[in-house]
Amino acid sequence: MTKQEALYNYVLRLGDDSLILGQRLAELCGHGPILEEDIALTNISLDLIGQATLLLDYAGTLRSETKSNDDLAFLRLEKEYVNVLLLEQPNGHFGDTIMRQFLFDAFRKPLLEKLQDSSDKGLASIAEKALKETKYHLKHSSEWVIRLGDGTDESHSKVQESLHTLYRYAHELFFEDESDFLLQKSKIVPELSAVKLEWDKTIKDVFSMAGISLPENNWKFEGGRQGRHSEHMGYLLADLQYMQRTYPNMEW
Amino acid sequence: MNHIWSLLEEVFDPEVPVLTVVDLGIIRSVEEKNKMIHVTITPTYIGCPAMQTIEEDIKTKFEENGILNFKISTSISPAWTTDWMSEKGKKKLKDYGIAPPQNEPDKSLLFADPVVVPCPRCESENTRMVSHFGSTACKAHYQCTQCKEPFDYFKCFK
Repeated sequence: MTKQEALYNYVLRLGDDSLILGQRLAELCGHGPILEEDIALTNISLDLIGQATLLLDYAGTLRSETKSNDDLAFLRLEKEYVNVLLLEQPNGHFGDTIMRQFLFDAFRKPLLEKLQDSSDKGLASIAEKALKETKYHLKHSSEWVIRLGDGTDESHSKVQESLHTLYRYAHELFFEDESDFLLQKSKIVPELSAVKLEWDKTIKDVFSMAGISLPENNWKFEGGRQGRHSEHMGYLLADLQYMQRTYPNMEW
Repeated sequence: MNHIWSLLEEVFDPEVPVLTVVDLGIIRSVEEKNKMIHVTITPTYIGCPAMQTIEEDIKTKFEENGILNFKISTSISPAWTTDWMSEKGKKKLKDYGIAPPQNEPDKSLLFADPVVVPCPRCESENTRMVSHFGSTACKAHYQCTQCKEPFDYFKCFK
């Protein structure tokens, strides 16, 4: 594998994480639990789709046959998407949506902080830009996890259950393979063990304030990074790809 | 170059139509190379849907004024911050009813007291944050407890 191929894989993973979570949150447009939260979640969706645009745009330039960000976003097969399983999980109730967001934000923020120092200029500048917004996202999702966990009996038990359901998908955020190792050697990307230390600390602090606990069962799911998705992914892509598949080459 | 800058002073942000693209601080550079004008712009928020419109509006403004040999490109680094907004721009925002960005505490602090944002209508500092996310990515939603006016606050973005 060349360094450029490894970088393509890496940028595509970052881009797909943003794209798929952005799409999930966009489903909430007009369906948020309260108006303010409807607006907040779709604002976050917009940021994520903005990140996906830059990342997939960049990924497209790393192939021999140039692909546009639209080609990559809308015209791949399910097994060619490499987002983590966590982000394609359905919105569920508000506790599920916020827990999924929190587990991701707590990972994305330290990752972007470290990617700002990447020796790859393209990646570093996207990280610098995306980090500013991601800080808001993490603050927002952290505060909600605490409010729900430390709220009523009902909100507490619901958000605790959300953590039980989603925690098994969180480990995949730290998936690494030969692409990562190759790029880590050249200081293009950070080692995820350093990101994991910060993630562990953030979730520990927030869960202790929220009064919720990690599941004892350490069941882990993975596969998304290698293109093996959960059953939810097909439905998500049917929505995401509908316009481009129905009207090929359409543009806004 | 002055001519170009004064034309840019006539291009307004489609979502906050009192601010010009110069007030916003999103014009990174204007250069002339081989009789070609190069304008570099930078997005405010990464997914800001106004960016395409802004680029189109600059194009239209140039063409209307007989400038046909130009190129507009986007650069994301260094990343835009609200510090780049001009003082004139901040005043225009306030007059328009949007509270301009204030210095805000560190975002890593959970449940920090929201920043005191004076009401753009009655100047009262007795206001409350309704939601951190407002009508566009760059704004939060506030209400004045004194005069009851709901208003937008242009968030400090750093």
